[in-house]
Amino acid sequence: MNSFGFEIQKDNTIEYDKNDLSLAAFVLKHEPSLYNCIQCGSCSGSCPASAISSYQFRKMQLLMRRGEIKNLREDVAHCLLCGKCILVCPRGVNTRNVIRQIRIALNMN
Amino acid sequence: MISEGKKTLWNDYQKEIADDNYFYARSCIRQNFFPGAEKTFLKILKEELKKDVYDDPRHTTCTGIAYHSDVVSLETTMTVVARQFALMTERGYRNFVPSCITSFGIYTEIMELWEHHPEIEDKIRHLLFKATGREFKVPANLAHSSDIIYKYRNEIAGMSKFKLINKNTGAPLRVVEHIGCHYARMFPHKGIGGAEYPCVLSGLAETFGAEVIDYPERRACCGFGFRQYVIQANRGYSISCSKRKFESMAPYKPDLIITNCPGCPYFLDSWQYVISEMEGKTYGQKGQGIPVLTFEELSGLMMGYNPWDIGLQMHQIPVEPLLDKIGVEYQQDDKYCDAQGRTFGKPVIPEMIKIC
Repeated sequence: MNSFGFEIQKDNTIEYDKNDLSLAAFVLKHEPSLYNCIQCGSCSGSCPASAISSYQFRKMQLLMRRGEIKNLREDVAHCLLCGKCILVCPRGVNTRNVIRQIRIALNMN
Repeated sequence: MISEGKKTLWNDYQKEIADDNYFYARSCIRQNFFPGAEKTFLKILKEELKKDVYDDPRHTTCTGIAYHSDVVSLETTMTVVARQFALMTERGYRNFVPSCITSFGIYTEIMELWEHHPEIEDKIRHLLFKATGREFKVPANLAHSSDIIYKYRNEIAGMSKFKLINKNTGAPLRVVEHIGCHYARMFPHKGIGGAEYPCVLSGLAETFGAEVIDYPERRACCGFGFRQYVIQANRGYSISCSKRKFESMAPYKPDLIITNCPGCPYFLDSWQYVISEMEGKTYGQKGQGIPVLTFEELSGLMMGYNPWDIGLQMHQIPVEPLLDKIGVEYQQDDKYCDAQGRTFGKPVIPEMIKIC
């Protein structure tokens, strides 16, 4: 392929009509407190795993709810289930159970 | 296209377009990209519709691209625009018709600014007089050249030799349109049909018998974006934007893209070639590209003008598949010949995109 001195960027369009939203539906059904999330990012800020990896709870759950689940298995594998995110969540989301439900859905347990 | 609902919207966004006596302002870049487009517009207006159009050789760029790239100040742009108006005034015209959508946006923006801030207009009048000794009147009517063609679309269709109908199947050709961003985005009431669903091109295409497709990214920018293209390293933003449009329209298998801006047809045309060379992907049928025409070229083609006389050989994506569908006769040997029959050189055949 020829080079023209610039790159074509990957399209970040989220195709809600084409993406698989069944996993998000499963998680929300079994942990409905996730509906209360206001995307404040306290979970990511307090996460010891995010200090040593690219994992962030807020980003992960946001992408999951949009059906962008390509890297989800790798992401949730970083979680230590320490529960600090539950302690800091101002909306009372049971974040640890969210991770657990994702792992169940992905047969990671 | 489902026009139910849009018709109500279109009724709310109609504009006054002068009937005759136009002062024409050419685009600074279009004559390099598709040099036959403006000539075709003038020919249709002067020879077919018998209108009075003055094409002044003294006028200059409106500085729109430089203004939007932050190279010149608004004050400079306003003074240059004032000079264009002065040329119009000197020739006794009051109806200003720019060929370029960026220019149309610039003129609209400045006239609106002067209406609300007469002190700025006074200052520009002073600067222009000081620099050139010229005075001017603000145009009584400002309309883009696509507005004029839209206004007379039924007359043009009545004189047309062809329709946008597949001569082999009898089915309407599938057309996607792209409106230049500065046509109605800044001032929706200055565009025919408003900003969301302008009907200036879709109305023209439907008059010629086409089926217009309202594809999801219809309202996205073509990718030109001025500074996104001017710097080479930034051109990835431009081509990525165009690619998103191609990906969006390709599933509908369009036969043609029509545009009303100088930059849009150039980028929608050329980026198809570049994407094919960079990624090996094409968006038309059988490995070909999707032909891109300006509204003047389309009108000229429908009226039976020789495709090589209106500059269709200057397009990166060959138009022959479209000509074959419409039933336009053409001489392939004349494609790269000038009016005197002299060959001006053939382009290199692309590696990826099929040319016929």
